[in-house]
Amino acid sequence: MSQVRGDNDTGIGRMVICIASGKGGTGKTTIATNLAVSLNGGVQLLDCDVEEPNAHLFMKPEINHTETVEIPVPEVDLDRCDFCGKCYEICQFSAITVIGEKVLTFPELCHSCKGCMMVCPKEAISEKGRALGVLEKGTSGSVEFVHGRLRIGEAMSPPLIDRVKEHIDPQKIAIIDAPPGTSCPVIVALKGSDFAILVTEPTPFGLNDLKLAVEAIRILKIPLGIIINRSDVGDDQVAKYAREESIPILMEIPDDRKIAEAYSRGIMMVDIRPEMKDELRAVYEKIAGLVG
Amino acid sequence: MKELTIISGKGGTGKTSVVASFAAIARNKVLADADVDAADLHLILTPAIKHEEDFKGGRTAQINPEICTECGECLERCQFNAISPDFVVDKIDCEGCGVCVYFCPVEAIDFPQNICGKWYISDTRFGPVVHARLGIAEENSGLLVSLVRNQARVLAEERRLDTIIVDGPPGIGCPVIASITGTSAVLIVTEPTLSGLHDLERVRGLAAHFKIPTLACVNKFDLNEEMSNRIADYCARNRIELVGRIPYDTAVTYAMVAGKSIVEFSDGRVSDAIKDIWHKVEQLLRDKD
Repeated sequence: MSQVRGDNDTGIGRMVICIASGKGGTGKTTIATNLAVSLNGGVQLLDCDVEEPNAHLFMKPEINHTETVEIPVPEVDLDRCDFCGKCYEICQFSAITVIGEKVLTFPELCHSCKGCMMVCPKEAISEKGRALGVLEKGTSGSVEFVHGRLRIGEAMSPPLIDRVKEHIDPQKIAIIDAPPGTSCPVIVALKGSDFAILVTEPTPFGLNDLKLAVEAIRILKIPLGIIINRSDVGDDQVAKYAREESIPILMEIPDDRKIAEAYSRGIMMVDIRPEMKDELRAVYEKIAGLVG
Repeated sequence: MKELTIISGKGGTGKTSVVASFAAIARNKVLADADVDAADLHLILTPAIKHEEDFKGGRTAQINPEICTECGECLERCQFNAISPDFVVDKIDCEGCGVCVYFCPVEAIDFPQNICGKWYISDTRFGPVVHARLGIAEENSGLLVSLVRNQARVLAEERRLDTIIVDGPPGIGCPVIASITGTSAVLIVTEPTLSGLHDLERVRGLAAHFKIPTLACVNKFDLNEEMSNRIADYCARNRIELVGRIPYDTAVTYAMVAGKSIVEFSDGRVSDAIKDIWHKVEQLLRDKD
């Protein structure tokens, strides 16, 4: 079917692949960026680690579009307000309160449910925008690049991640670089993906956080595979766990001082180890096989 | 009471390994693991749980199909696309805002509070620790972090301990903000990479935003000494006290596999560097008083 057969040069399907990890610093960005440049065209890279985006340091994209991402928060017209307190009653997030003849809003606590606007009998509450951060879009070679940068001091990253994901082009292979952890930002990054690659390292911390990430992905019912980075350090517990859980190991990358040094300078792994391109293409083919 | 929060911006720079060593060296302290959605400190501390409590977070809407008339009011009003066309609430998408509950004309929607995780007070070979486990895919990590820090403070007061050491989460978002607001100082553990420096700049911006004294150390500094020097320059220009550089050593991984902190595991260069960092941090915290 044309749905499955993409028009990228690899000749294999279009899909959304999310690179996650549980533990930070295991190599998510390395895999996401190098996979993106190894597939010959028709690829998008979306950096959804909006708190600490790093993919641009390696992709060095030319940015041709920048926008401020805002969420709607309430603005109260005190001339209309009769201080009935219904807005305060419906708000689950303590983002609006009525004290005597005053209405206080706390925009940073607002989740944009619009409950206060809906419930107000005087139509005294309207929307205004609150900036969460910026979204930038551009290109790096043949790869289309999108990322979000959370404003410093801003707590709420999920709506910004959602906005980055709105740029997914269904005609392309979309590679998502997810944030570390297993809580809401990771879930938002993962949701709707066709496949998740979990990048881990064979250490007790790596294994502990891998298990948590696997649980999260299973809740979302997304098929998954593992890439073991620095595969020759630590112990064999990750490989054992993968076997027990029947999770495919897609690739193992041995500890390589040259890759680490290149990484430290913002240089892509495939630029110093070109043979990795073939291995990453093989990973993609495996995934295409698994997703069917 | 002094509270030090260890953060990093970028994940995987070695926060928890540093905290585990501080745990072994420091006296009269309570430990707190504020990395609640991927906690690792317990793997080294092997805590014996003495007290356990549920963490109750937000609420989730639940439509009772026997009462629901499928009028569509909730579907129309939900801003989070959390209600399916056949009137089932997706627990993950539901933000817990209660708008559907409020507007349902036949009161078919329940709104129970979620148990989002657990928190614990435990004993370890290094003293007491407060730690937590956020449920998988749960929200409110910031609330849980605040709870862990508050409980650590209560415990420190009860036991007359004068220092709290907090293992913070990566990033700069909600749980990080909750782990640093009002703390005595933050120690940023970074690494000599372009990503490490980039993330250091952002997390330092966060600490500055909340006016928190900021210390930093470079882990695996000899992986790229030129970058380590760039980080040192950055720190000098931005009023960050650089308290040390830790060399790269595979012994750190062996220690982790053995379930030990590096200072317990070996007396090498890494242990010396971390001991030196702790003594500087301790002095700086004392000078603040």
